[in-house]
Amino acid sequence: MDMYLTLIQLLDSTVRLATPLLLACLAGLFSERAGIFDIGLEGKMLAAAFFSAAVAALTGSVWVGLLAGIAASLALSAIHGIASITFRGNQLISGVAINFLAAGMTVLIAQAWFRQGGRTPSLIGNARFEPVTLPFAEALQNVPFIGPLYYELISGHSVLVYMAFAAVPLTWWILFRTRFGLRLRAVGENPAAVDTAGVSVVGLRFAAVAICGVLCGVAGAYLSTALQAGFVKDMAAGRGFIALAALIFAKWRPWHALYATLLFGLFGALETRPDVIESLIGMKVQGQLLAALPYVMTVIILAGFVGKAIPPRAGGEPYVKER
Amino acid sequence: MTSDPAIELKGISKAFGPVQANKDISIRVMPGTIHGIIGENGAGKSTLMSILYGFYKADKGEIFVAGKKTNITDSQAAIAAGIGMVFQHFKLVENFTVLENVILGAEDGRLLKPSIAKARRTLVELAEDYGLNVEPDALVQDIGVGMQQRVEILKALYRQADILILDEPTGVLTPAEADQLFRILDRLRAEGKTIILITHKLREIMDITDTVSVMRRGEMTATVKTSETSPAELAELMVGRKVLLRVDKTPAKPGPVVLDVQNLHVKDEKGVERLRGIDLQVHAGEILGIAGVAGNGQSELLEVLGGYADGTGTITVNGESIDLSGAKSDGQSRRARGIAHVPEDRQREGLIMDFHAWENVAFGYHNDPSYRSGILMDNAAIRADTEGKMARFDVRPPDPKLAAKNFSGGNQQKIVLAREIERNPDLLLIGQPTRGVDIGAIEFIHQQIVALRDKGKAVLLVSVELDEIMALSDRIAVMFDGQIMGERLPSETDEKELGLLMAGITDTGAEHSVAEVQGNLAHVHAAEKGV
Repeated sequence: MDMYLTLIQLLDSTVRLATPLLLACLAGLFSERAGIFDIGLEGKMLAAAFFSAAVAALTGSVWVGLLAGIAASLALSAIHGIASITFRGNQLISGVAINFLAAGMTVLIAQAWFRQGGRTPSLIGNARFEPVTLPFAEALQNVPFIGPLYYELISGHSVLVYMAFAAVPLTWWILFRTRFGLRLRAVGENPAAVDTAGVSVVGLRFAAVAICGVLCGVAGAYLSTALQAGFVKDMAAGRGFIALAALIFAKWRPWHALYATLLFGLFGALETRPDVIESLIGMKVQGQLLAALPYVMTVIILAGFVGKAIPPRAGGEPYVKER
Repeated sequence: MTSDPAIELKGISKAFGPVQANKDISIRVMPGTIHGIIGENGAGKSTLMSILYGFYKADKGEIFVAGKKTNITDSQAAIAAGIGMVFQHFKLVENFTVLENVILGAEDGRLLKPSIAKARRTLVELAEDYGLNVEPDALVQDIGVGMQQRVEILKALYRQADILILDEPTGVLTPAEADQLFRILDRLRAEGKTIILITHKLREIMDITDTVSVMRRGEMTATVKTSETSPAELAELMVGRKVLLRVDKTPAKPGPVVLDVQNLHVKDEKGVERLRGIDLQVHAGEILGIAGVAGNGQSELLEVLGGYADGTGTITVNGESIDLSGAKSDGQSRRARGIAHVPEDRQREGLIMDFHAWENVAFGYHNDPSYRSGILMDNAAIRADTEGKMARFDVRPPDPKLAAKNFSGGNQQKIVLAREIERNPDLLLIGQPTRGVDIGAIEFIHQQIVALRDKGKAVLLVSVELDEIMALSDRIAVMFDGQIMGERLPSETDEKELGLLMAGITDTGAEHSVAEVQGNLAHVHAAEKGV
């Protein structure tokens, strides 16, 4: 039973750590399926993390904070869209610029507003997303086997976690069952086909970039108002890039994005439980090594296990009507 | 013919920067007819049609559809006006199914299911009405180009198009597929549809159109009834001077064998066998033409012979064998053995487009002593040599310092040709010598190839243009699926027989259905994609 409880706890933190990756991964999926590469996921999450924590701290309402986070992320998406769709700039450079902008801007504004060394005040009460206890969770708590599974693993997460997991089937349904999804996928594969079919390439791509912005906003808000209680410098910690790696690992498919981000979440969870690793392999492992695990695994997986990942064919290419 | 024209363009002008692509063009297309638009590459045909389809915006001019002035600002407006277009390079999403491609942009509601069901029913009807057979659930990347083209036509008809524009539709088709396309166009005309056919092939114009308009350098030079004109007259209108449509050549006087290929095999990077035991010989003073639909191994054959792909088998040149892999199998060692190569894709393999003409002339021969002074390149000598080559090959403008990309297709080809031919090779490999080249330059290039043959050199010609193969070759070998299906003499064969060989059917005496031919070709297209 002890082993079982440990496993449940490990999976529980896997879910919590996978949530921001999943949201960011789906954000990237929408953008890249439409042919716009976005390495600015990281910057958008960071900006959203700061603004949601800051506004939640100022207003006392985490929901207003969430909206502010989404708005901040959308603003950066708009920059990316204008640079890479309207002005057909290089999408990588635009993404890099957004990452730098967010990294500097968040700390600067945080210091100006709160004077706490680039962080926001700790969030308490309604300024933070509290765990949701699902119906019957407490009643079932002591039922063997199912009890801990339901109480610890399935119940007791913030509402954003449930939203993230619900976003997976929703994304799949939008992409593969709706008109919008068909056009979105088409514009990432062959924008000329969409253009000659009488549909606006620019409109579709901006829609995709906007969805990406909203999802990144939620991901960032989750970091600072649910996973932790406040913003600290560089708190996205490369999650935007790991999400991109997961996206490639998932070959741009929604369900596979879930599996990929859960895997990366598990690596993150293992980092917090050195005791589990120790009992598994029978020797003590340096904490720093464990902390590097998700990043090391990113490199290994991308280098060796992905197989042939074919990105959307028009990805990264601004659409110019041929001469 | 008292009704309004289906399409009337008045005074259309369009410039791309300093280039005037269309100058004050007016044209009337009557309903229920097939109207041909013919002109050389770069004459402005595609630009004009892209304006009609709302893909480009005209600088000046008016468009009337069925007598009503119509403002076509984008493709959406063109579709609404009943205009459909089949582009030369298909606008299909390759990893979508046929049905998904057909409904894209013309869905019935927010959800896909009902749209797909409706499109499936409509496709069955259209297939019956016009012979437009497709596989609705196949991925576009898995079907042959003939079927891809039918998908494009279906896309237009599904959007209720009454006017259908086809841009160079037969460029990618076998003769049998082209015949089938023309039967479809015939039926569409019989149903009252109006068709605009853009082409540079005179024979297609003569075969199927009712009226023909000729374009030259952005201007409409004439519109005539097809029944009242001749290929020679149209060619003259296109080029602006009299043109020889046939290649003037004397019978070949074949000498000893120069190139001997035995049991040549080539695998691509995926391990798929692209050449499956090729045997062929080319004699001195002879042009061997390799016919075939693109993608049947012709490119690989040229690449191995030219020294930039590995193969297995035996190849001898003038009796001495050459390496097919390893350090001594590259372009440099091939050139040392007297093999010159004019590659199929001159813009990718023959030239560096951003480099000057004189630099391009030096490529491959940069170690030549006459191009060097000590350890340095003698750029002045190369430029002088280039000037001479440009004069002898009539390259226009004759400026060695112009970047390769600033020459027209025909002049680019002349630069490559001059570089290779003037080295006086024993064997010339030449792929698609006149692809994207205008009629005037075609004549010149053909003359140069024949002149080389008459000097007693061996020429291996690869072309997907059957007319070109028939006109130039002294012997014709047909390739299909990495093998030689047979050899014929041009005087003893015809396009029908070669067309069947190109589709992999060696039993050319019997009757064969179009479906059989297409079945064979689809198999090859699938293999090419590595399916």
